[in-house]
Amino acid sequence: MSPRLGPHLISIEDLDRAGIERILDRAESFEEVAGREIKKVPALRGRTVVNLFYEASTRTSSSFELAAKRLSADVVNIRSIGSSVDKGESLKDTVQTLSAYDPAAIVIRSPHAGAAQLVAGWTSAAVINAGDGKHEHPTQALLDAFTLRRRLGSLDGANIWIVGDVLHSRVARSNILALQRMGAAVTVCGPPTLLPRDIEALGCRATATLDDLEEADVVYVLRMQNERMRDAYVPSLREYAARYQINPSRLHPDQLLMHPGPVNRGVELSAEAIDSPQALIGEQVKAGIAVRMAVLYELLVGSPLLAVVA
Amino acid sequence: MSSDKLFAPESRPIDLLIRSAQVLDPRSDLDEPHDILIRGGVVAELGAPGSLSPPEEAEVFDAAGRHVFPAFVDPHVHMRTPGQEYKEDLVTASAAGAAGGYCALIAMPNTDPVLDDPSILRALVERARHEARIPTGFMASITRGLAGDELTEMAALRDAGALGFTDDGKPVVSAGMLRKALQYQRLCGGVIALHEEDPALSRDGVMHEGAVSARLGLAGIPSVSESTMIARDGALARYEDARAHFQHVSAVESVEALAQAKETGARVSAEVTPHHLTLTDDLVRTLDSRFKMNPPLRAEPDRRALIGALRSGLIDCVATDHAPHARHEKEVPFEQAAMGTTGLETAFAALFTELVMPGELDLAVIVERMSAGAALFDLPTPRIERGAQANLVVIDLERSFEVGANGYVSRSENCAFQGRRLHGRVVLTLAAGAVAFRERLLVEAAPAR
Repeated sequence: MSPRLGPHLISIEDLDRAGIERILDRAESFEEVAGREIKKVPALRGRTVVNLFYEASTRTSSSFELAAKRLSADVVNIRSIGSSVDKGESLKDTVQTLSAYDPAAIVIRSPHAGAAQLVAGWTSAAVINAGDGKHEHPTQALLDAFTLRRRLGSLDGANIWIVGDVLHSRVARSNILALQRMGAAVTVCGPPTLLPRDIEALGCRATATLDDLEEADVVYVLRMQNERMRDAYVPSLREYAARYQINPSRLHPDQLLMHPGPVNRGVELSAEAIDSPQALIGEQVKAGIAVRMAVLYELLVGSPLLAVVA
Repeated sequence: MSSDKLFAPESRPIDLLIRSAQVLDPRSDLDEPHDILIRGGVVAELGAPGSLSPPEEAEVFDAAGRHVFPAFVDPHVHMRTPGQEYKEDLVTASAAGAAGGYCALIAMPNTDPVLDDPSILRALVERARHEARIPTGFMASITRGLAGDELTEMAALRDAGALGFTDDGKPVVSAGMLRKALQYQRLCGGVIALHEEDPALSRDGVMHEGAVSARLGLAGIPSVSESTMIARDGALARYEDARAHFQHVSAVESVEALAQAKETGARVSAEVTPHHLTLTDDLVRTLDSRFKMNPPLRAEPDRRALIGALRSGLIDCVATDHAPHARHEKEVPFEQAAMGTTGLETAFAALFTELVMPGELDLAVIVERMSAGAALFDLPTPRIERGAQANLVVIDLERSFEVGANGYVSRSENCAFQGRRLHGRVVLTLAAGAVAFRERLLVEAAPAR
């Protein structure tokens, strides 16, 4: 029996392949719960999960909330648009205040890299990183791996292209690490101004054109944010779309299409591509709940049930 | 150390016999065991071990097995006074310097208010005359408020005691503004020290741009943001035949630009910090804000180039860029944390442990570069020779200590070397002929009952 994970999930680097597989296996068993009329198991009854969100978020915060509730946990949601640091209270004081409630887990989303790791030093709760700056978003990568493993059976040897604004993307960083750990080969593609210098040090290839996109089994498209135009990373959305938009003319019918949401229709993806059967975007959202249930379960309860299920 | 631009209270010159020390002063070609007799704060005699006897009532300091070097001079210290005494003040900064083996410190003007006006400088000089534990000099700013668009009254500031000028913490972005300051130097003298960074390239960067910043998703500060400014300002200094000093050089490209400037005859000098010589951006993977400073820790090839340049003398001296910050300014996510590390108490030990012990640099090179900043800023260079004022440090190279384990003399604890075991313990510092620091023994003999 493999050891219990944790105590925290801060980075994909906290997990080896066996650890990722274990979470995905657990998520498979929770997918079954989602099919029931009463979508609840009592695993975390009487325990508290705090969702601490310093950034606007729809799908991540709602899916963490649902995941905790389906495990029967008591859930406290704290949302702050902008940073509470700006409002006077430091992150440390906020976390120490919340820790007085003795939560089993704190789920944290922050605009700043390393926030989750700092929080882990200030609380006895398990800390789950729901996105820290442009650094990591490990549960997104896990749900993406889950979605792909379900579709492909295995990621071994899969050729995955991540296309778009890699520079500012925590999703890209966690996915590069997680997908490679699961046996896939990763290529990142985007405007040269939006590819970090030395990104190849993460083990992926980097290219500025879509010329070889046909080799991809999976095309993972990143969100292109409007503010990048203001900062002159790309001259215009029109030029970006002309060079990098994924649409049916650039896609084979057997290539899978993914996107972490929310999508800018007509910018990084054409409407036809979004609505095509090869798009897994809806499955990614759905997987989010089961995978986050699995992460909470593995960190807070651990191995016994897996042994029973197995 | 004495100079009309260094300030400290009147010191009490000592009489002291340092017995059987290994004396190393590369400038005096001295590297052998000696007794050093100090009378009235002046080196009165050097003799073979055991050959000198103390004058009546003078203390004898047994330094057998220990080294004596010329005390160190730091041309780059943030003393945070006036205005930010919650980080550091003249007493704590100068005491930290003394504990690190320094006999003189040069304070930066990016205080609150900025040292851009003779009246502010005069008030600070007056405080230093009462509070500084070792002689302390002050740089004034090049531009008013460090804003980069109006020269300070440089001549009046020199008369009020300024050693030189710098907008440290910020670059002088406008080449035209810097050119005027370099021209004006002909009137008022004083070295012009430059923090080199092109803000259009460094933007909102928080660490070195490279593989580690790519991994962490942190905005990078590219090496060329520093090196292009060194190239520009080296050319300006040469054109105006002015004296310029490049602060805290950090990158291999900057070393190349510095070499180019010196080859063409520009009167430029440069400093490097102990942290850039011993640490790299790989440590930032921990996202520990103690490793956040500006210029940032760079990559291993940069570090190697800095070591080579210090060895050859292309980089003239070591400076700490001692930059204290309060705990609440560092105990935040990396991107929000203040930039800077303290360094006065660890400079020598860090360089000795990380560079001399592994054989990268000779001890004599480190000892020379630790005080070479003095001459660059028109100060006398500490020497160990008969007739010289006693500015020396006694160090036990055998003894090691864990950085921060017993706290710091500095008011702040943001030290990049925190937790490391370093060799080379300062046991006694003499500055301007007086005892500035003496190691207190934690365990003293129990009094007889």
